[in-house]
Amino acid sequence: MLETPKANGQDFTGSVRLIHAVGMHARPAVKLTKLAKKFKAHISIRAADAVEWINAKSVAKVMALRAARDSIIEIKASGEDAEAAVAALVDLVETDFPDSG
Amino acid sequence: MNDTVGIVIVSHSKDIAKGTADMVRQMVGSEVRVAFCGGNPDGQLGTNVALIIDAINDAWSPKGVAVLVDLGGAETNSEMAVEMLPPDRRDLVVVCNAPIVEGAVMAATEAAGGSSLEQVRAVAEELSAG
Repeated sequence: MLETPKANGQDFTGSVRLIHAVGMHARPAVKLTKLAKKFKAHISIRAADAVEWINAKSVAKVMALRAARDSIIEIKASGEDAEAAVAALVDLVETDFPDSG
Repeated sequence: MNDTVGIVIVSHSKDIAKGTADMVRQMVGSEVRVAFCGGNPDGQLGTNVALIIDAINDAWSPKGVAVLVDLGGAETNSEMAVEMLPPDRRDLVVVCNAPIVEGAVMAATEAAGGSSLEQVRAVAEELSAG
């Protein structure tokens, strides 16, 4: 983890390096989206330096992110479970999208 | 209970239908019911209304079923299969206007989160909109 989740106004933010061998392709995108959907918070992600934030709960948009290996993924969330959401998503990317039921 | 929208895959080819269902199960997981059918009863390329009805019933969920199809007859036969369902099920099945493989994976991903049939359809069809 490059940064621990921190509150920025009402948003919690985090960033993490994408170590997956082929970047943010289909399977990681599905896993990230499924995890994001478990939280009530509004969650956005972007490849570092990208202008636009995208909805982390939209699998089509996450797949279209096309983030390459070693790029930095930024995550921000707002809402009641935002802090836990950022921590969980950072952990997912950091642990290279492990398989879990 | 945490019901999720079921997914049905209808291709002219049984291999494509099965392969697409395998992709959904491996990429999204087993929490979403997935059924598939492809080919006619003689084992040739084609689609068959009775087999589609069976697949819809196999994937049945109280939240409904989203059907992903490939070409021409797969769509018309799927619509016919929906028409032939009992009235209480008919309104809970939608045929999505989406590419079969991508649509199935995205629909299942959305369904896994517990989304409604309309939300699942919208996500699958996002691919056609852009």
